[in-house]
Amino acid sequence: MKKEYAFYPGCSSQLRGSASNYLTSVNAMCDTLDIKMTPIPDWNCCGASIGYAGSGELARHVMNARNFALSEQHLPGQDVVASCAACWLGAKETKEKLDASSQLMAETNEALKQAGLRYQAKTTVRHMVEVLIEDLGYEALAKPVVKPLEGVKFAGYVGCQTNRPFGIAGESFENPLYLDKMVETVGGEALTQYDQKVSCCGGALAFSEPEKSQKQIKAIVESAYDHGADMIVTPCPLCQANVEIYQAEINRRHGTKLNMPVAYYSQLMAVAYGATPKQAGLDGHIIKPTKLQQIAVKVVPVQK
Amino acid sequence: MNLDEQARVRYANDFLKEVEERVEEGEWVKMCMQCGVCAGSCPFGPDWEHSPQKIFMMIRAGKREEVLTSDSMWMCTSCYNCVVRCPRQLPITQIMHGLATYAERLGLAPKMQPTRRFSLQFWDNCTRTGRVNELKLVLQVYFRNGFVAGLKEFWNMRRVGLGLLLAKRMNLFELFFPHKCRDRDGIQRMLKKAYEIEDRKRGFTR
Repeated sequence: MKKEYAFYPGCSSQLRGSASNYLTSVNAMCDTLDIKMTPIPDWNCCGASIGYAGSGELARHVMNARNFALSEQHLPGQDVVASCAACWLGAKETKEKLDASSQLMAETNEALKQAGLRYQAKTTVRHMVEVLIEDLGYEALAKPVVKPLEGVKFAGYVGCQTNRPFGIAGESFENPLYLDKMVETVGGEALTQYDQKVSCCGGALAFSEPEKSQKQIKAIVESAYDHGADMIVTPCPLCQANVEIYQAEINRRHGTKLNMPVAYYSQLMAVAYGATPKQAGLDGHIIKPTKLQQIAVKVVPVQK
Repeated sequence: MNLDEQARVRYANDFLKEVEERVEEGEWVKMCMQCGVCAGSCPFGPDWEHSPQKIFMMIRAGKREEVLTSDSMWMCTSCYNCVVRCPRQLPITQIMHGLATYAERLGLAPKMQPTRRFSLQFWDNCTRTGRVNELKLVLQVYFRNGFVAGLKEFWNMRRVGLGLLLAKRMNLFELFFPHKCRDRDGIQRMLKKAYEIEDRKRGFTR
């Protein structure tokens, strides 16, 4: 049976947004895995973590609850699935808070009423990765592989918000293993000793505190080099953007020669499942993921 | 009387009580046992004047002015490392955000603190149409210190910008044709209501 979800793609994945190639590869991956992702009609921004000074408490929850109400109305019974770490965190936090406080729930619905909506507290919030490893499982993820990513070494950079404070069930905060397992599932080599796995890239402070954040990013990339990585792989759109984009800026400031590609787990899977470079969003990089491109253009004989 | 004066009259010398009633998750502050794990877990640790541990003790010691004017809370990257390591399970990230937000409401937050400005810009940006306008956000950051400084920063970052354009991850037309929600009016109405409710609850007048 086809699995169906209410998709919350998030702002950065919109057309020509900073993570538009993430969405492209997620779509390709879900096509292969027979997962149907229907975007929540008229979904809005989660407010991210950084909007706090303007939002206060309730307005933030109301923004997330609007998406829940819309998904309950238009896609009843389907789990809300976010592909972005910040969207997932924001939404999940709102859900937990509202479930725990009838007062907050009443206040939220009082505000939602102004938009003609009502949140019935039926929503379940999940991350794309949870769908992959919990609803499908590693074995099912390995099945459609036609082009194993043999010989490519990946530093699995999980980052913060896919990992803390909620994380993926059964994984530790200090050394989560799911990303490495996903790399191995599609035939790549996971550098399990990579020591910057759960470091912070600076997040939104890459804009407001560039020097402090670039210090973090430099350590994240240099450690990948130290462990012999061909590229970094991550589940988070802001991690991807920060760690890829600012390498040129770090080189300019420090005279380094960083040039480490940073890809999404969904791109690895799409390529392994036989997607073209364009379908896997490989054209969306400043630092070209050459090794993935080489595999993606390889012709595999059709299996009978 | 402005909000700050009102609060000082209302809470006299009991800053802990003020934080408990008016700051998101403020009721947790008294649970801190001063172990310092948060201080050692913060990625921006070397850049703070006061660690969360110190902030919590300062609140209990009634150091209102020093806490609310501190720029330390604004250094939070929302990495949640302190939260998952805290042996008492305090929601430290949220408390830091809450304190920063409260300081901002009282007009005590350091005006030129870059993350304070970015936080306010971000919320304004994403609520205006219901979706983030990434190009506008970036331009606001570059030109925050005036036109000339902005041009200089723009020039420094030109390769990054060009790279993003070529990778189709930035759209110059977004300034004029932004992504947006259909029910923008509904979003404005519901947010206005949410601000009203929260102000009433926390004893502010907006």
